[in-house]
Amino acid sequence: MNRPAGRLDRTDARVAWLLMAPAFLVMIVVAIVPIGMTAWEALHVHDLRLPWLGRPFSGLDNFVEAAQDARFRGAVVHTLGFAIVSVAFELVLGVAFALLMHSVTRGRGPIRAMVLLPWAVPTVVAALVWRFLFESQGGLVSTTLRDAGVVAASFDWFVHPWAAWVPIVVADIWKTTPFVALLLLAGLQAIDPSLDEAARVDGAGAARRLFTITLPLLAPAVVVAAAFRMLDALRIFDLAYVLTGGGPGTATEPLSLYAFATVMQRLRFGYGAALSISVFLLTFAFALVWVRALGRSLVEKEPA
Amino acid sequence: MTGRTAAMRAAQLALLGVLLFPIYWIATAALTPEAQLFGARPLVPTALSLEHYRALVGERDFLIPIRNSLLVAGATTLLAVPVAALCAYPLARLRVRGKSLLLAFILAVSMFPQISIVPPLYLVLRELRLLDTYPGLVLPYLTFSTPLAVWMLTAFLRQLPRDIEEAAMLDGASRLRVLRTVVLPLAAPALGATAILTFLYCWNEFLFALSFMLGPEHHTVPVAVALFRGRYQVPWGQVMAAAALATAPAVLIVLALQRRIVAGLTAGATKG
Repeated sequence: MNRPAGRLDRTDARVAWLLMAPAFLVMIVVAIVPIGMTAWEALHVHDLRLPWLGRPFSGLDNFVEAAQDARFRGAVVHTLGFAIVSVAFELVLGVAFALLMHSVTRGRGPIRAMVLLPWAVPTVVAALVWRFLFESQGGLVSTTLRDAGVVAASFDWFVHPWAAWVPIVVADIWKTTPFVALLLLAGLQAIDPSLDEAARVDGAGAARRLFTITLPLLAPAVVVAAAFRMLDALRIFDLAYVLTGGGPGTATEPLSLYAFATVMQRLRFGYGAALSISVFLLTFAFALVWVRALGRSLVEKEPA
Repeated sequence: MTGRTAAMRAAQLALLGVLLFPIYWIATAALTPEAQLFGARPLVPTALSLEHYRALVGERDFLIPIRNSLLVAGATTLLAVPVAALCAYPLARLRVRGKSLLLAFILAVSMFPQISIVPPLYLVLRELRLLDTYPGLVLPYLTFSTPLAVWMLTAFLRQLPRDIEEAAMLDGASRLRVLRTVVLPLAAPALGATAILTFLYCWNEFLFALSFMLGPEHHTVPVAVALFRGRYQVPWGQVMAAAALATAPAVLIVLALQRRIVAGLTAGATKG
């Protein structure tokens, strides 16, 4: 370098901040400030259908109401249940799928592209096609299962409070497992093949090598994929809105959907904000726990 | 050994078939006459018809949501990607104090549950008379498109070779000049891929569009497709035709750009 290092570092830092400022400004204005506004709104009574009430401060009343609201508690259970069940399926299937893709080297490129298609399909479309497939009147899946004698002739997936979850979970698995598999495939490709080779020479069978070498080495990638998928699954909205509308009744209503209905249909902005912020708090709490557990390996990926 | 490989290949193809079947089912349902849509519909269609597409464009004016989506997704991409590019360069290349904290912040913002900012955004947009306008949707779209674009671009830029830049620096060029004359041309493919992915995210977005674009003439494609239902009887043929149109850009983009997309999506999460 023909310039003194100290000076270069300082100009570098100034340039860096100058370049980063617009993006951070945008994120603060359109995301961080609104989150603060939601939290503040949640501390008020604000009902657009009762404008004469104004917008009086009400402290934590909205949160107290939520705690006593059976529909809210149900929505929390639905959200957590959906996230845990669907992510568990996606991880197991994703590992299997990644191993399968890893095992065949020829034609991996085109297969990877096609695997990505479900991920790229709009969630709304994914919801519609699975609604179509599970529709009681001639849907392919429902008629096939009926003809096979798995369900009764009169069975309607969208009338039964438990069964209505099946198309939602299946749609989510269909749409996101390929993405999980690709994340894990990248993890598999990073594993040193000589380890597997050495174990093979030593006479270890395929199953033994899988469980003692491949899977343990893949574990960090699985943990990262699980974190991303959980955060995404906890904010489920589109699938439930389009597939079941939260029904029958509120049997498949996740938190985001309840908050949306409270704000946009009942126009209870104060209470709706409290519900909305609870989705945020739920994901935030989850992220904190996860980061704690992982150390900081999620973001501390400095280039080599 | 070859027997095992063949079995693996067969399993792979079967899995691929399962994954792609729903997309095939949309495409064929969209071309099947309404009368044959239910009941024992054969897996391979026997009669094809364009009646659903015709109805979609003729009776339903589906070109309007397509135009809306193109405008909103396009404008968001044009705003977000340049801003993100400026931000990604220092994150990928320069020494910045607290970089991992900044990256964590960006990741956190991209993971925000959208519903958690819908109530105040609705009130603010109403106050500014921006509900039912294009800017009124582009602004909320910046909440997720900006951090996503920064994240992907940072991952892409890290993969670019450093030597050329360093050589230019040694020759005495300033950082900004290196950025303009050396980095930008090298990063063009990465910028393109990021722009296309950003566009795709905006094209697919549902909750904000549903909340802030209320009149049917302002609906975006996913909202128009989703609200097809809810009448007395679901016109499934037309719904599937609309779904096919909504999916077409995604399919084209993925098939055209698969390698880059995979790199962009997985780099942030697995580079260790």
